[in-house]
Amino acid sequence: MLTNRKFYIIGFVVSLFLAGVVSFYASSSPDGLEKVAQDIGFIDTAKDHTNADGALADYGVKGIDNERASVGVAGIIGVTGTAVVAGIGFKLLARKPKKDGN
Amino acid sequence: MHIPDGFIDVQTSAVFAGLAAAGVATALKGARTQLDEKTAPLAGLTAVFIFAVQMLNFPVVAGTSGHLLGGALAAVLVGPWAATLALTVVLLMQGLLFADGGLTAIGLNVFNMGVLGVWAGYGIFLLLRKLLPKNKSSISVAAALGGLLSVPAAAVGFTIQYAMGATATFSTSAVLSAMVGTHVLIGIGEALITGLTVSAVLASRSDLVYGWKNKNQKLEIRSAN
Repeated sequence: MLTNRKFYIIGFVVSLFLAGVVSFYASSSPDGLEKVAQDIGFIDTAKDHTNADGALADYGVKGIDNERASVGVAGIIGVTGTAVVAGIGFKLLARKPKKDGN
Repeated sequence: MHIPDGFIDVQTSAVFAGLAAAGVATALKGARTQLDEKTAPLAGLTAVFIFAVQMLNFPVVAGTSGHLLGGALAAVLVGPWAATLALTVVLLMQGLLFADGGLTAIGLNVFNMGVLGVWAGYGIFLLLRKLLPKNKSSISVAAALGGLLSVPAAAVGFTIQYAMGATATFSTSAVLSAMVGTHVLIGIGEALITGLTVSAVLASRSDLVYGWKNKNQKLEIRSAN
C-alpha cells in the first residue's frame, strides 16, 4: 500500500504525463458525435465556439507554433487548473461543520 | 461527445441546463455527506485524471475516434455524487478554457456525461457487484462493464435532446441507431480504461475506493446484527 503522499504524487504525475506528452499522439479523427453528425448531415448546424479564438482553444496554446509543445502545454495547464479548482472545491465540501455548531 | 453550440435549440438547452443544475445541486448535498478529509483528495485527483484522459482520443472504426467519459470510473472511485461534481468541473474547464463543448450546451453535456453517464455506469456496477464473487477483481470487472454501458447511455441522452430540440430535421431513429452503434464501440475503450484504472487504485490504495469499502461497510453492519 502506498502512502498518501506517494499515491497522490504518482496520480498527479501520471495525469501530467498523459495530458502533457501522450496527448500529442491522440487520434485526430472526429469523435463519435461529430462523425454521426457528419454521416447523418447535421454537422453544419454546429456554431463556432464562443471562445474559438481563445488562448487555449482546441487544446493548443496561442503563440506556440510547435504542435507538440502547444498541446502539451495546454494539457499541463488544464491538469493544473483542474487540480486547483477540484482540489479546493472538494476540500471545502468535505469540511465538516463543528459538532457544537448544530 | 461534447455537444457544440447550435445542434440543439436554445429552449431545449435551457431545459437541460435546469436539469443539470438540479443534478449538481443534489450532488453537492450528497457529496457533502459522503466525502471526508480522507476521500476528498481522491475526488480531486479523479477530476484531474479524467481531464487528462479525455484528451486522449483513441481510434475506433472508419475514421472515428472516442475518448473516456469517466462517469462510471469516478462513481466507483469516489461515489456517484462526487462523480457528478468531478465531471462537472472537467466539463466547465473544457467549455470555458479549451473551447470544447459549447457554452449554451454546457447543461446538455453535464446532463449526458455528468448525470446520465455517472448513474447508468454506477447502476450497472452495483448490479454486477451483487452478482459477482466478492473480491477485488469483480469490482474492476463490474466497473469496466458499467463504463461500457455508460457511453451508449450518454449517447441516448444526446438522442433525447436531439428529438426534443434539434435544429436539423433528420429522423431521430437514424440518429439513435448511429449514436448507439458508434458509442458501444467507444464504450469498449471506456471499459478497458475504467477497469485498468480501478484495478490500479485497488492495488495501491483499496481503502480509498468507494465502490469497494462501501460494500465492506455494508457487510460489517450485517454481521453486527
